[in-house]
Amino acid sequence: MAYTKRVDGRKIDELRPMEAKAGVIKNANGSASFKIGKTWAIAGVYGPREVVPRFMANPRHGILRCHYTMMPFSGSGERIKPGRSRRAQEISMVMEQSLAPVVDLSAFPNSVVDIFVELPQTDAGTRCAAISAASIALADAGIPMKDMVSSVAVGQVDGMVVADLNYNEEAYPAIVSDIPVAMLHNTKEITLLQMDGEISKEDLLKALELAKVATEKVYQLQVKALKEKYAVNNEDN
Amino acid sequence: MSELLVQERSVVVPGESLAQGMDFLPGDNAYREKDKIYSKVLGLVSVSGRVIKITPLSGPYLPKTEDKIIARVMDITISGWRCDTATAYTAMLNVRDATTRFVKKEEDLSQILAIGDYAVVKIVNVTSQNLIDLTMKEPGLRKITGGRIISINCQKVPRVIGRQGSMITLIKDKTGCDITVGQNGLIWIKGTLEGELKAERAIKHIEAKSHLEGLTEKMEKFLGESA
Amino acid sequence: MIVNRETIAELAKENKRLDDRSLTEFRQPILVETNISWTAEGSARVQIGETVVMAGVKLSIEKPYNDTSDEGGIMVNAELSPIASPEFETGPPGIKAVELARVVDRGIREAKAIDLKKLCITPGEKAWFVIVDIISINDGGNLLDVAGLAVLAALKTARFPVVDPETGAIDYKQKTDKSLPLTKEPLPITIYKVNGVLMVDPTNEEEKAYEARLTVGSDAKGTISAMQKGGDVPLTIEEIGKMVDLALEKASFLRKELTKALKA
Repeated sequence: MAYTKRVDGRKIDELRPMEAKAGVIKNANGSASFKIGKTWAIAGVYGPREVVPRFMANPRHGILRCHYTMMPFSGSGERIKPGRSRRAQEISMVMEQSLAPVVDLSAFPNSVVDIFVELPQTDAGTRCAAISAASIALADAGIPMKDMVSSVAVGQVDGMVVADLNYNEEAYPAIVSDIPVAMLHNTKEITLLQMDGEISKEDLLKALELAKVATEKVYQLQVKALKEKYAVNNEDN
Repeated sequence: MSELLVQERSVVVPGESLAQGMDFLPGDNAYREKDKIYSKVLGLVSVSGRVIKITPLSGPYLPKTEDKIIARVMDITISGWRCDTATAYTAMLNVRDATTRFVKKEEDLSQILAIGDYAVVKIVNVTSQNLIDLTMKEPGLRKITGGRIISINCQKVPRVIGRQGSMITLIKDKTGCDITVGQNGLIWIKGTLEGELKAERAIKHIEAKSHLEGLTEKMEKFLGESA
Repeated sequence: MIVNRETIAELAKENKRLDDRSLTEFRQPILVETNISWTAEGSARVQIGETVVMAGVKLSIEKPYNDTSDEGGIMVNAELSPIASPEFETGPPGIKAVELARVVDRGIREAKAIDLKKLCITPGEKAWFVIVDIISINDGGNLLDVAGLAVLAALKTARFPVVDPETGAIDYKQKTDKSLPLTKEPLPITIYKVNGVLMVDPTNEEEKAYEARLTVGSDAKGTISAMQKGGDVPLTIEEIGKMVDLALEKASFLRKELTKALKA
């Protein structure tokens, strides 16, 4: 194992410093800000509301629609041209699939819950931050959910299985594997799983075990953000 | 061995464990999975005997028959008006349900309600697809003129009204305003400019603090001292 | 808050507003934070009342345009993201976003607020190009003025990235302490005419009740650098004169707020 110490000195199960706040966009039905290291996602939930275009409406239950956008100045290099990139489309879709299993929109047929996520700055783990922010925002909006969804990337860097890779680890000049995971708190079931890089099966299973610990840390913060909004000593609201 | 895991009136998040064991029953916004009961929304715990329910702190309005709501006219059709109810569902107000007087066939409906007008209406029917039928024929239901309409989360409406209307009466008395509360979270306030502003601030204050104890005393103080 | 337009119009005639402000008062709080995005060369988050806008500056090195071979360039882009309002749609910028971007852009470009010649590296070959992106976060009304302030704050605090002297490659991860050649500080203020009376910093509801509006971009000396009239109702020359006066007064007020914020 050539990679024995992480580039920023963290322990293998240590996440970057995180900050989360619920209720940050007044017009939205629910919203949240979620920061992990230098990656920052702001989520706004609107709905249930009328579905446009109409043909997308489901007469049995409401649908979830995610819109993931990186602000043009949020990339680590040049400006990102505005517009729906293929990457953003794919991330939007996996976001929907990571949240849909917990959301219950059976009482709202022919409606849509739109989740918009904008990122003002990024440093790896963006889709995970987006999902974690979206989960807080959905709860803030009072959408019925059977559990919270917590997301963080795990992986391996040159043989060392770690949690929450930052950009430098993702780009480390050796064999790397980046595995974004989203997990339900109660059952530890996985609703998002993607991977790029290379990894052995043993390391993969190790990484997924590590994901349980890592997502739990995200969960604690999500709960805190929601409960803080309604804390008794928040009298100056 | 049943055990309650949370306290009455504590704030819980979706998926949070409320109780263990088969003696408890899941009420509104709670569900059972194996031998545990969990919350389904962000809300306050409310235990009544063996039933644990969660009162949501926010959330969408579910249209119900007999509810009085405030709606906005979006479109005029041959048979009446299509209205926005501040939900995912539009509602129909039929001409024959709008007024007790006889409406001639060629009559210009926009003279009764024009596009953009707001009205206090009542829900008479909700279909399985949440399509809504309204009436404006009963006493207290009418087109809205003057004053201002504010929007609060519909989950806070019971607190704004208060037990047997005590809270809304307090606000009306202290501000001198006429106030009509729609179950969909839209509230019509009409009075003097100062009175309306005071009432609006009071209602927003309730919306922010509704989950805290001693709300009535807080509101009496708030209305007593504000200019 | 939703209300009939008539109420806002009636109150305006009596110099009153729904939230107890005077007609020429800006909402509170006015919050300006800069360097909010570590990936941008310059950035700001501005909040006035409940309206929140973020702006970010990105710099790149490009070949200058043929007809201005010794100049760099600047462009302002705006996205009215649906995260900010149930009335904004997904998709490419609609006319409201386009107008906002272009009006803010003209205020900077036509005022020659940035010395484009100083952005030139090698005439005909390389020059710095500045792109400012405006993203709405919460539309509580008066987005244009809030966006204008955010853009100015972002431009003022922007820093050039490090350029490798041998390869000419930009290292975006490192910033120099060299700021943009800002010769002027343009700021747009929009004055609204409601029921014959002039109003500043409207909420969403007040915005829906206007008859005409005039955006005036100006610099610290009071020189006008951009104008845009909007609304269906015509304006007299006298009215325009009054609106310009009010806009200049308010621009001066916001500039003071910006200076206060940047010192903190």
